[in-house]
Amino acid sequence: MSAPSNTILNLPDQSTAQLPRRNFINAEHGLLSWLFTSDHKRIAILYLISITFFFFIGGAFAGLIRLELLTPQPDLVSSDTYNKFFTMHGIIMIFLFLVPSVPATLGNFLIPMMIGARDLAFPKINLLSWYLYVIGGTLTLTALVLGGVDTGWTFTAPLSTHYLNTHVITTAFAIFVAGFSSVFTGLNFIVTIHRMRCPGMTWFRMPLFVWAHYAASILMVLGTPVLAIAMILIVLERLVGIGVFDPTKGGDPLLFQHLFWFYSHPAVYIMILPGMGVISEVVSTFSRKRIFGYTAVAFSSVAIALFGFFVWEHHMFIMGVSNYSALIFSLLTMLVAVPSAIKIFNWCFTLQMGSITFETPMLYAFGFMGLFTIGGLTGVFLGSLGMDIQLTETYFIVAHFHFVMVGGMLMAFLAGVHFWWPKMTGRMYPESLSKLAAVVTFIGFILTFMPQFVLGYLGMPRRYHAYPPEFQVLNVLSTAGATILGIGYLMPMIYLAWSLKYGAIAGNNPWQATGLEWQTQSPPLTENFTEIPIMDHEAYDYDWLEHKTADEVTHVA
Amino acid sequence: MHSAIANPQADQAQQHEHVSLPQHRHHFATPEQQREAGSFGMWLFLLTEIMFFGGLFFAYLLFRNWYYDAFVTASNQLSVPLGAVNTAILITSGFFMALAVWAAEVRKKNLLVLFLVLTTLLGFAFLGIKADEYHEKYEKHHIPGASFDTSQFINPAAYGLSEKPLAPDAAQKTQLFFFLYFAMTGMHALHMVLGLGILFWLMIRAQRGDFSSGYVAPIENFGLYWHFVDIVWIFLFPLLYLINRHPLAH
Amino acid sequence: MGISPVLWQFLVKWLNASALFPREASTIAPYMDSLYFFLIAITLVGVFLVAALLVTFSIRYRKAVHPVATQVEGSTLLEATWTIIPLGLFLICFVWGALLYFRIYTPPANSSNIYIVGKQWMWKAEHPGGQHEINALHVPVGQPIQLTMISQDVFHSFSIPEFRIKREVIPGRYSTVWFEATTPGSYHLFCTQYCGTNHSAMIGTITALSPADYKKWTEQSTSGMSLAQNGERIFASMGCNACHSGNAAARGPNLAGVYGSRLRLTSGAEVLVNEAYLRDAILNPSQHVTSGYTPIMPTYQGQISEDGLIDLVEYLKNLNTNDRVQQTLTTSQSGQAAPQASGVVKP
Repeated sequence: MSAPSNTILNLPDQSTAQLPRRNFINAEHGLLSWLFTSDHKRIAILYLISITFFFFIGGAFAGLIRLELLTPQPDLVSSDTYNKFFTMHGIIMIFLFLVPSVPATLGNFLIPMMIGARDLAFPKINLLSWYLYVIGGTLTLTALVLGGVDTGWTFTAPLSTHYLNTHVITTAFAIFVAGFSSVFTGLNFIVTIHRMRCPGMTWFRMPLFVWAHYAASILMVLGTPVLAIAMILIVLERLVGIGVFDPTKGGDPLLFQHLFWFYSHPAVYIMILPGMGVISEVVSTFSRKRIFGYTAVAFSSVAIALFGFFVWEHHMFIMGVSNYSALIFSLLTMLVAVPSAIKIFNWCFTLQMGSITFETPMLYAFGFMGLFTIGGLTGVFLGSLGMDIQLTETYFIVAHFHFVMVGGMLMAFLAGVHFWWPKMTGRMYPESLSKLAAVVTFIGFILTFMPQFVLGYLGMPRRYHAYPPEFQVLNVLSTAGATILGIGYLMPMIYLAWSLKYGAIAGNNPWQATGLEWQTQSPPLTENFTEIPIMDHEAYDYDWLEHKTADEVTHVA
Repeated sequence: MHSAIANPQADQAQQHEHVSLPQHRHHFATPEQQREAGSFGMWLFLLTEIMFFGGLFFAYLLFRNWYYDAFVTASNQLSVPLGAVNTAILITSGFFMALAVWAAEVRKKNLLVLFLVLTTLLGFAFLGIKADEYHEKYEKHHIPGASFDTSQFINPAAYGLSEKPLAPDAAQKTQLFFFLYFAMTGMHALHMVLGLGILFWLMIRAQRGDFSSGYVAPIENFGLYWHFVDIVWIFLFPLLYLINRHPLAH
Repeated sequence: MGISPVLWQFLVKWLNASALFPREASTIAPYMDSLYFFLIAITLVGVFLVAALLVTFSIRYRKAVHPVATQVEGSTLLEATWTIIPLGLFLICFVWGALLYFRIYTPPANSSNIYIVGKQWMWKAEHPGGQHEINALHVPVGQPIQLTMISQDVFHSFSIPEFRIKREVIPGRYSTVWFEATTPGSYHLFCTQYCGTNHSAMIGTITALSPADYKKWTEQSTSGMSLAQNGERIFASMGCNACHSGNAAARGPNLAGVYGSRLRLTSGAEVLVNEAYLRDAILNPSQHVTSGYTPIMPTYQGQISEDGLIDLVEYLKNLNTNDRVQQTLTTSQSGQAAPQASGVVKP
């Protein structure tokens, strides 16, 4: 089959092709068959629907925030309402979108398939974690409907414990519950990766996507319980009022900061690592090459996870922590930046000598690499002790965080969704429209968040409802960018939905990718494989794939 | 249950290869793999529990360091005999749980049920004593909150205690001790309550004969959990009851 | 910086005019900005490098010109290069940043002290001379100013972007920061830590004045009573002087000259008496009992406001002799009520 030279896309003949007669989507029917499923793929779809729902709610709040900041005066809503906007934006986006985004959807769907297993080790616990997520999400929405919460997503004590009369308890409990959803997902992944690999699937034959999830899972399992206890203490402090965080009663508000950031810093690695896994898969597939320095990329994920636990205090450099601990935490922060740099360069050099095509997932991956580089390097600004004094708690931090999380993670998520869409649904998304969306997203993103770096150094504090008029130009730019960004995110929503019915039939392996998940039908069977595969080649072995394809052509039934 | 729409061929293949247990989940290649996955998962879960309690231990150590005198005096209010009895009860309960695992492994159904019942009874005994201790704290107004009363620490002589009096500001800090005491033992008790719930379920299943055919994973994994709850108490008892205590003699 | 002063001036002016970074109005600012430019340079190099690699490889190895990929396992040498060079750069950032951090948070010995109290949602500045300001702070240029700050309620953060300083203002403990203004003018003061409803209204103006103007301002705006004088009143009205009279038979330790000294406590610890110690000893006396005394002092938690505590601390800092303490004691014992002092929380 001779493919056009600008794409690797290899679709079956559309006039005869049809979706597999039996697959996980039509295996059972009715809503209940979804709600009581224990199939990791169906749970992944449930997650995909629910996180998309919360993404657009969180996004709506972002839109309202940017709309308010169009003018320096506090004119659109009251200050309390504005405070609720950014709080809900933060809580929904972080706990209900970013943390579960790639792991719970793509990870859930793909990890068992990639390592040649029939399901995750604990399918019922997997379903339980979706229900916990839904309960957490519902509680958050309840808090929102009852009047919202205005603690900021960081729940800073004693503000959250003694000074606010909003629905802090409901929200804290929501996060507690959603946290356990994340713990169980991580636990399931670790056990699955340790115990469920198919014959021949050694640790160093696993796709890097799996390595990245393994590292993120360690963080989920060890970090989230500390957040849980911090949330419990917030709730108890509000209910009983006995000041572990209240200085007038002998408590220590910095204790809360330590407990909170002990989770919430590793949490950003929980969010970004799976995204990095997606990028590894995409870059390899669209350059037809094994990832440059596979081992280094695999170990850098684990290194990020380990170092990630020992840098939390860099959120507290200006809070009067001891100088020695500030030094140590700054140094460790610098060290944790190195594995990310390694990854970026390894991905770049994967392209070298490759045979590169530029389908949508690859465009998103390029976007990721560019934006994550900026996001990562601006993180070095913040890790550098003295610089942090000027930049922390300003829009610089907002911009840095969004470069990593939206520019990095969301780009990776969209890359992954497009890349595996044919596997998940059996149909292709419309290629040129999605390329347009990728470009629009990139432009909108740069326009939204680049001005915020400047605003930050100028000193505009984050979470400000009104601001001095000289900051208006940059804020207007940012809001304009956010509008474009919003369009960029709505487009995939629409055309992906369209493609469910009208997209081209994808066939087993439209991208000619090497992962085990591509060697089976799309959408896959409930049990993933008709027989458990045997991994007899290295990961990203394109020669193996070529021979296999040749074999199949000669042995076609 | 795992989805029943498994591939019939794969099912057949498995039935040829292995002695198929009814509890075997089809996404595991072998029962051995299932058992290993289960116990590995349990260990990981216990790791998250350690992190969970770790936050509280950290807070306790911090404040103990800051308000040493208040913590000493408040700690003297806890009854070492009751704590010690509870420790013994819990260890014995753990011992019966270990025996239950053994009974399951050698497939002795009645013995298994007996040991599970004993484990449960001792669990209830522990909670009963704990409740009695809590009740005493309630009567003495040592429950943190609006009704908390520091007068006993400021003026111990009036209460017939040969305790060193605390200055009022230090006496206030005893409230932190009691808050952490209730938070930590309460969280521990909550784990006990959940454990007892699971024990009942295991008893019913054991009685039904679910664990008489060599399928012991639930018993084993619950054993791990129960021992973990024991171990948490083994840390709580010295931390809360013993290490701050000073001899009343001087 | 090894950069020509002319070029530097040009850069500063140009960037000022296009408002890409705030005015440099303190002695710290140039240090901060040079680190900032260094970091920006690293970022630009990094981004251009990555972009260049992506673009070059995308053109040279696109499928049309390079239809078959050549598999490469990796290269230890290359990977070591991009491990070690970034590591080296990051370590430079670490050392440079640490030096700057210590510079910003270590006040010089000759700095004069101003107290800041943050509360929802205003800043109160208290000059030792008795000038009280709300959401404003007047400072002289050319004189290092140390700020001793505390919050009455929640976390706040005191930020003056043009001075490149910021520090969290925390309930229950003093935090400090210092600066030396270089250019007269008025500058933004922001609360940067989210603190509730009117967080974005917790702003103010820093006015840097020439020493002469500053002198004029101090004279015009004094409340007539210095912090120490107000502290003295509180000291008398709360009855502190009854025990801390400096008499040989007094039940409390002599406080004259105690500031800056090293005290041995009953716990055996030796402590340096600074502002934080004095404040804490008033609120949690039993933890700070000087060796040789009994823990009989009641706590003043909730009875004296943070402003009152500042007055007391300022009073004790300047207390060199007990003459006036004993005088006041005699007067109040002879039936004259001590004058009501502000800063005492009325029940």
